[in-house]
Amino acid sequence: MSATRVGVVTFPGTLDDQDAARAVGLVGAQAVPLWHADHDLKGVDAVFLPGGFSYGDYLRCGAISRFAPLMDELVPAAKAGLPVIGTCNGFQILCEAHLLPGALTRNASLHYVCRDQRLKVEQTATAWTGSFERDQEIVLPIKHGEGRYVASEDTLAALEAGGHVVFRYLGNPNGSLNDIAGIRNEAGNVVGLMPHPEHAVEDLVGAPSTDGLGIFTSVLKNLVNA
Amino acid sequence: MTDSVQRAAQTPDEAMPFAELGMKQDEYDRVKEILGRRPTGSELAIYSVMWSEHCSYKSSKVHLRQFATKAPKSEALLVGMGENAGVVDIGDGWAATFKIESHNHPSYVEPHQGAATGVGGIVRDIMSMGARPIAVMDALRFGGADAVDTRRVLPGVVEGISSYGNCLGLPNIGGEVVFDPCYIGNPLVNALCVGLLRKDQIKLATAPGPGNKVVLFGASTGPDGIGGASVLASATFEDESQAKRPAVQVGDPFMEKLLIECCLELYAADVVVGIQDLGAAGVSCATTELAAKGTGGMAVDLNLVPLRDPSLRPEEILMSESQERMMAVVRPDDIPAFLAVCEKWDVPATVIGEVTDTGRLVMTWDGEVIVDIPPGTAADDGPVYERPFHEPAGQVALNADTPDRLERPAGPADLRATLLKLLGSPNLASKEWVTGQYDRYVRSNTVLAQPADAGMVRISEVMEGAEPTTRGIALSTDGNGRYAKLDPYAGAQLALAEAYRNVAVTGAEPLAVTNCLNFGSPEDPEVMWQFAEATRGLADACRTLGVPVTGGNVSFYNQTGSTAIHPTPVVGVLGVIDDVAKRVPTGFVADGLRVVLLGDTSEEFGGSEWAHVEHRHLGGLPPQAVLEAEKALATVLVEAARRGLLEGSHDLSDGGLAIALAESCLARGVGATVELHGDAFTGLFSESASRALVVVRPESYEEFASLCGRHEVPCYGLGVTGGDSLVVKDVFEVPVEELRETHTAALPALFG
Repeated sequence: MSATRVGVVTFPGTLDDQDAARAVGLVGAQAVPLWHADHDLKGVDAVFLPGGFSYGDYLRCGAISRFAPLMDELVPAAKAGLPVIGTCNGFQILCEAHLLPGALTRNASLHYVCRDQRLKVEQTATAWTGSFERDQEIVLPIKHGEGRYVASEDTLAALEAGGHVVFRYLGNPNGSLNDIAGIRNEAGNVVGLMPHPEHAVEDLVGAPSTDGLGIFTSVLKNLVNA
Repeated sequence: MTDSVQRAAQTPDEAMPFAELGMKQDEYDRVKEILGRRPTGSELAIYSVMWSEHCSYKSSKVHLRQFATKAPKSEALLVGMGENAGVVDIGDGWAATFKIESHNHPSYVEPHQGAATGVGGIVRDIMSMGARPIAVMDALRFGGADAVDTRRVLPGVVEGISSYGNCLGLPNIGGEVVFDPCYIGNPLVNALCVGLLRKDQIKLATAPGPGNKVVLFGASTGPDGIGGASVLASATFEDESQAKRPAVQVGDPFMEKLLIECCLELYAADVVVGIQDLGAAGVSCATTELAAKGTGGMAVDLNLVPLRDPSLRPEEILMSESQERMMAVVRPDDIPAFLAVCEKWDVPATVIGEVTDTGRLVMTWDGEVIVDIPPGTAADDGPVYERPFHEPAGQVALNADTPDRLERPAGPADLRATLLKLLGSPNLASKEWVTGQYDRYVRSNTVLAQPADAGMVRISEVMEGAEPTTRGIALSTDGNGRYAKLDPYAGAQLALAEAYRNVAVTGAEPLAVTNCLNFGSPEDPEVMWQFAEATRGLADACRTLGVPVTGGNVSFYNQTGSTAIHPTPVVGVLGVIDDVAKRVPTGFVADGLRVVLLGDTSEEFGGSEWAHVEHRHLGGLPPQAVLEAEKALATVLVEAARRGLLEGSHDLSDGGLAIALAESCLARGVGATVELHGDAFTGLFSESASRALVVVRPESYEEFASLCGRHEVPCYGLGVTGGDSLVVKDVFEVPVEELRETHTAALPALFG
């Protein structure tokens, strides 16, 4: 069987793409670079939208990225079931592209925050969290200035009722409503979260945790079982 | 009307605003002598910025020469002083380039943009050496932590570094935050960047090969940062120019990020002959320096420079310090490939001229020649001053006012209170409020970052011809203005010693030095004495420790009225570790380890944090800098790390052993029980140099002690790690939680 191919998207201002690609490699999958300006998903099995500042994000984070040529391909593919995860700026882009509900706004503290964050994994029925235990506590780094999750009351109620909140902060770092750190779509193939699993995959570097590996092993397991 | 060369020849006696541009009469006379006529407005603009203190180092040059003449032999040094940044060989075909630079004055005027563009500038220096920037750090100094203006300057500076640096995708791995009332009107923002390249891929700022094209790429040129703005206010130009211009540049980190990726792709495609970033003095500096180091001539059509403001005059274009611009020299055949890479990254690029063999830098504007000069006369032949200097009038009295007269803590309860007071004081408290706003994880190579003694990154870049390596580099910056005020010679040496030690405690071998020399006005002989002493001390210490200065920056005029800041040489040391897996983490990492103090302690409180916090006292002499002891200590630390003998370590510096113990406990929440011999106050709070704390497994102690013995490094077993408290037998016990509370509360209480 050939290796699972996970696309890693690079916008001009993407920062964590090589980190994501390395993490994909660490679990035995193949990282495939995807360029924002191409109308081409290169037949990948899953897509990772990494963090950064896509097009500078001087407007609203991710607001321009949703119009990128690559997104014309990614949005229908995600709607058709392709496993897609967005972290940090990737999460912001998924929200702007309406693949996930709600929006990410300026942190309540008004400061950028970089720290090792405790989280609870509340949903394992997604393409990206099957390797975790339900209610498992994990540590992943966060690093963002605009990570405060907001949505209308109805949307929040629907997220909670449908079990669409995937990650919740233990010790809310940014004022996110309902302590929401990450969510999924109805089908569970699209997940967005502010924390960075790709920075928690090796003992030597990054956060003092390797809990991020679970994201990458999850999607592999999901694809093999599919 | 354009002031052309032809017009200048016809109007030899026209008054030029050289004084408004900060140029002295004799300097102006020299320009006339060089040109054989009066300079045009554009030529005057070029000479005035290139001969400014900032660009020409005219007051510091005679002293900085010692860094070269006294330099130790180093096989690692690939590019020394005089280029955009120094380059050192770090093994396996890799080279590192690093430099620290000040952006002090802009950061006072406009803290956010001042600090942001400081980061941008140093990153472009590193890029222009052919390297990929891989990490940054910042050495920051502010006025008193509780001063009103510090609440304006500090949050702005931190936000500027955060917003600009984070957007570039460069981990911020360390630095310093220091408070002292002397910096109230003159905060110091010193930014360091380190880059990585293959050692056979070094790029230089040179324009060889007549016919080669000169390409300006990156952001367009606007009216920002036109220094001094005197040209604009002068009678000659104001009729044709806009009035006031902002003097502080505005940064666009996204453009800088694009420039980084664009440059790396240009280097990989091998379409760059020479390259220079545009920093201070903008186009003036880039064209004169490139031409002077190349074939010697260049022809530029200034009308081709892409402008953000079409009303800019040529003088302004030449002086503009608009950010995120680079200039490259490219073979004509490579121009299409060069422009294609720029287009991929949405980076505007324009051919504005070409290299010539005329020996002249010739610029035209609307078809008229407005600049015609030998480029070396602006770039290299600036004035050199032997400024007079003498010991400050109060120096003897300052040194005589020793801390001996200060009241000391009387007993155990006082010692405990002193520890907590120091630990919660702004200079020693946790800097999490600052560093938590910087991305330390991006690129996933960060092995150590704040609050570790030194930042460390592994080398895992993918570049052509590179094999995987286990190597990493470590970096630390240090400086102590109080020590340097008491004795600038020793103060500079102590700054180097501390940075050197901080690198060594992580297990990395110190290799090379960069420095940022922050001083008051060179026109004040007392300040000049401080500068002369500090450079002499640093050069001597570099020779003894065997680490060459590879480059750096001088920042003068850090003073308000006649009151100068403490002389503040900030020294950055770069080290290499063969195997990053053997790095030594900071502090107490587990229970049951032996706590060992390396180095001797004597009663040294001059300039100490204790005297500062407890008594607001500054007097006497700083700790002795014993460089041989420093060298032996580093040798032991690096060798012990290599053999896997060290589980954790921490350098001793401000606040002495007491603070080192407390910080070691805080690293992982592991307590310790230790016993002191001799006077507890001296043992806990003296700031004697050449000391470090390490923890070793009990079974490794003997081997470690014998290694210390062989290198004559004093080694004292103090106790053992474990428990929830820091216990100093017969003196005090402080729960780690209480330490943490005290340590972390200070900055948030001050800055929100």
